[in-house]
Amino acid sequence: MANPQMVMYDEEFKQINSVIEKLLKEANAKVIFLVDKNGQLISGVGETERFDTTSLASLTAGNIAATGGMAKLIGEKEFSILFHEGEKDNLHISIVGGRVILVVLFDSRSSLGLVRLRVKKASDELTIIFGGLLKKAEEKEKSGDTDFPFAEITDDDIDNLFS
Amino acid sequence: MSFINYASREINCKIVYYGPGLCGKTTNLQFVYQKTAPDAKGKMISLATETERTLFFDFLPLALGEIRGFKTRFHLYTVPGQVFYDASRKLILKGVDGVVFVADSQEERMDANIESLENLRVNLQEQGYELDKLPFVVQYNKRDLPSVLPVDNLRKELNPTNVPDFEACATTGEGVFETLKAVAKLILVDLKQGK
Ligand SMILES: Nc1nc2c(ncn2[C@@H]2O[C@H](COP(=O)(O)OP(=O)(O)OP(=O)(O)O)[C@@H](O)[C@H]2O)c(=O)[nH]1
Ligand SMILES: [Mg+2]
Repeated sequence: MANPQMVMYDEEFKQINSVIEKLLKEANAKVIFLVDKNGQLISGVGETERFDTTSLASLTAGNIAATGGMAKLIGEKEFSILFHEGEKDNLHISIVGGRVILVVLFDSRSSLGLVRLRVKKASDELTIIFGGLLKKAEEKEKSGDTDFPFAEITDDDIDNLFS
Repeated sequence: MSFINYASREINCKIVYYGPGLCGKTTNLQFVYQKTAPDAKGKMISLATETERTLFFDFLPLALGEIRGFKTRFHLYTVPGQVFYDASRKLILKGVDGVVFVADSQEERMDANIESLENLRVNLQEQGYELDKLPFVVQYNKRDLPSVLPVDNLRKELNPTNVPDFEACATTGEGVFETLKAVAKLILVDLKQGK
């Protein structure tokens, strides 16, 4: 496999959510979500039900992938921060720990300066959590200690999905 | 690479539809979208040109149901088939769990099919994948048209390793779900084996 399997456990999920909840408050943001670079939504907080977060996640990853491709062409490693300014709402998109994308949606109740400042702090915390998560997953895999639910699936289970 | 979330009990897998320009990749997704119950699908996103050619990708999230208490989601993507969009195709292959190669069965598109399949191999290799090790199925599309090649000819060129393959007419939907099911199944079997 080209990449290690992306997994999420309860413990880290809670830690991650508490970091982005705090960021939501401190940055006065409307919505914050975390996406992996392949476009899968990891978690979201704030007014998430008002937005189609699944689509946003996929497009965010596409956006990061496209600008990453542009960066390479001009000899940069990647653009680690993107900012999109709208009439009302703005998006601050940044890469955390090289692997995960942090998206902050905010309006005029906040400011780019504030968001940038708070994101920096939260990013450091998230980088540590995701680093630990990766290690944990690798160790579990090595020791064969996976509580992986799919080990026992049957053909019937699979067929039932499509019935 | 699939994403397993033990906290929310979800598994997400990424399926990419690949193939030459106009072979019917977007039409496959459109049919799946039309025929899937509202609660099992998200919005279909198409980043396309004004003439409806895929510019970056189409995206369709499906939540088919649960296996052993885990919500199983498939994220379907298409690549832009036109030759000059190669940089975009590479990006979309990142993190892929399974590939559908959609071939255009018309005789005059045979060269384009071969070129696209070769391009798929090369682009996967660049990402560190090997096509022969990935869940992979082939679809011979546009079987309704008059100038199609016999399936045996197509198979010889496009499916030498004998992966599951299907005849289809994406506009009417024939073969569309069979193709999707087959690749989804291969992905789940891979997951089961802990690959
Ligand atoms: N007759 C016939 N036409 C088809 C079939 N599948 C797709 N088409 C038509 O072929 C044309 C191109 O289909 P698309 O699905 O847009 O092709 P694509 O592979 O997404 O093309 P790109 O986005 O350029 O890569 C459309 O006009 C479709 O209606 C088929 O099975 N039979
Ligand atoms: Mg298309």
